[in-house]
Amino acid sequence: MTLQGLKNDKESTVIVGLLAAVSLIIPICNLLFPVDSMFHFSAYTVSLIGKYLTFALLALSLDLVWGYCGILALGQGAFFALGGYAMGMYLMRQIGSRGVYGDPVLPDFMVFLNWKELPWYWFGFDHFWFAMMMVVAVPGLLAYIFGWLAFRSRVTGVYLSIMTQALTYALMLAFFRNEMGFGGNNGLTDFKDILGFNLQSEAVRAILLMCSGGVLIAAFVGCRWLVNTKMGRVVTALRDQESRVRFLGYRVEMFKLWIFVCSAMLAGIAGALYVPQVGIINPSEFSPLNSLEIVMWVAVGGRGTLYGAILGAILVNFSKTVLTGLLPEIWLFTLGAMFILVTVLMPDGLAGLWLRVRRTQSSK
Amino acid sequence: MIKPLVNRYKTFDFVNRAVAQDQVDVSHRTILYLEDVSVSFDGFKALNNLSLYIDNGELRCLIGPNGAGKTTLMDVITGKTRPDSGSVYFGQTMNCLEMDEPAIAQAGICRKFQKPSVFDKLSVMENLELAMKADKGAWVTLFSRLNGEQYDAIAEVMEIIGLTAHRSQQAGVLSHGQKQWLEIGMLLIQQPKVMLVDEPVAGMTHQEVDRTAELLLSLRGKHSVVVVEHDMEFVRSIANKVTVLHEGAVLTEGTMDEVQNDPRVIQVYLGD
Repeated sequence: MTLQGLKNDKESTVIVGLLAAVSLIIPICNLLFPVDSMFHFSAYTVSLIGKYLTFALLALSLDLVWGYCGILALGQGAFFALGGYAMGMYLMRQIGSRGVYGDPVLPDFMVFLNWKELPWYWFGFDHFWFAMMMVVAVPGLLAYIFGWLAFRSRVTGVYLSIMTQALTYALMLAFFRNEMGFGGNNGLTDFKDILGFNLQSEAVRAILLMCSGGVLIAAFVGCRWLVNTKMGRVVTALRDQESRVRFLGYRVEMFKLWIFVCSAMLAGIAGALYVPQVGIINPSEFSPLNSLEIVMWVAVGGRGTLYGAILGAILVNFSKTVLTGLLPEIWLFTLGAMFILVTVLMPDGLAGLWLRVRRTQSSK
Repeated sequence: MIKPLVNRYKTFDFVNRAVAQDQVDVSHRTILYLEDVSVSFDGFKALNNLSLYIDNGELRCLIGPNGAGKTTLMDVITGKTRPDSGSVYFGQTMNCLEMDEPAIAQAGICRKFQKPSVFDKLSVMENLELAMKADKGAWVTLFSRLNGEQYDAIAEVMEIIGLTAHRSQQAGVLSHGQKQWLEIGMLLIQQPKVMLVDEPVAGMTHQEVDRTAELLLSLRGKHSVVVVEHDMEFVRSIANKVTVLHEGAVLTEGTMDEVQNDPRVIQVYLGD
């Protein structure tokens, strides 16, 4: 089924091929070739590409809910950060007694705050499987509760967007508090191991990149399949004419809810892959600005195509890396200019531009 | 308090549910009961103690000047608008006021909107697929595939509405008349008990109007059809019973000739 979905879709096939190539070649070259070889990729490149891939997954999750379901979620960063925190908590537990204070049970920041025992919500995070469950369960549950309340009361459009923005802002304020037990404004950092392997080693970083690429491809193919099912068509229909779909006998709120939950889970997975590669998670990930930037990635790439979101996330982040290196002051101006250009000149983003070029060529 | 519980004629909902979900009880020939329905928007009475009964299998036309409450009436029946007072029953047992829009649609009351509202981004075939009578739960649609029978049903409807050649075209590029037909097709494929058809021939050419009239007439007996239309020629060509609405209430009912010669109707339409 899945492959059939890809069959008549050249762009998606190309993207899958490219992603597979990148996530195999870069880590393998990094490991095989010596540092002075021209085929060698530095550890910096590896972690950078790994980070881009997790951002691409995050953009993909937003495109599912925005591009197909028409919900402009301005709080996608919240689910990303929650997934990241779940992973971060596991990595904190892996430190064990090797912290600065050498406490056998408590993480450093709790010792610093004079806490005597581990809060109940930290239990279970010693186990990798439990943490991985939480990576999808926590964002999924939050999205379910939020969506259930919002969609049932038929909150739509800009009001819903503002609410999602408020959600991520509220979470940011909460996670900034030391009493929450998630490390306050320092967040969680100083990670040592993952599954017993040293997080700083090149091999682990290479494997993390491969995982990010693999998960991204799987998620992309999965989303592709989802939007080509009847459910996907119902969702596309309700994006354009919600009340009409309701009069056909579909419970619109349930469709929106499941897509929203699914997207939140994907964002959570992206966060979990992001944290071990950058080595830190802190409350600034919840910042409303982050969530707006995700919208930019998808808008630049072209929403409602899935591959556009991946492309947009990688391109925007690549230019961010380059520009903040060269001229740090102008990055925000560039982002603003990009936003205006895309809105005015390419409402369908790069993917839309490409499709238009292809159509005019085939009609010639 | 105890009285309704010991009333031996009372049928409780939980006993009735199995019946109610699957089929409407039309044992009294009437399929749609509206009694004393009132709706007001900010003090404006859109419907004013309106009572209307639709028989099983009949083709009824609703006419009336602008603002007479025709569209509001459809909104009430389909659950979009909740009336301030009155009751709406589908068959003997189903209380429409306790159901939401999807439940009413699934029970078998389907609606065509005034403005053609097909799904522009989907193909003709996909539009019909979404409208088709089927289990419409979110999880079911994730794994549902069209079977041979359903393909045939869609093909048949496409034949009726004359869009077979456009099956994989996006609905957005169809002409206005074709969109109207596609919407009628979406009604047919839902196999509804009651069809509410709001201005089916607006913007259609003469030939298209004639074909629509033919189609609606052919549905008589199998479905109950309620048509709202301004085009008097069209109404005359299909109606055997016409209801005239005025200021949110039924002014008169009868055949087209009776209605047209009714002095009150003439006054409403032409003024004093």
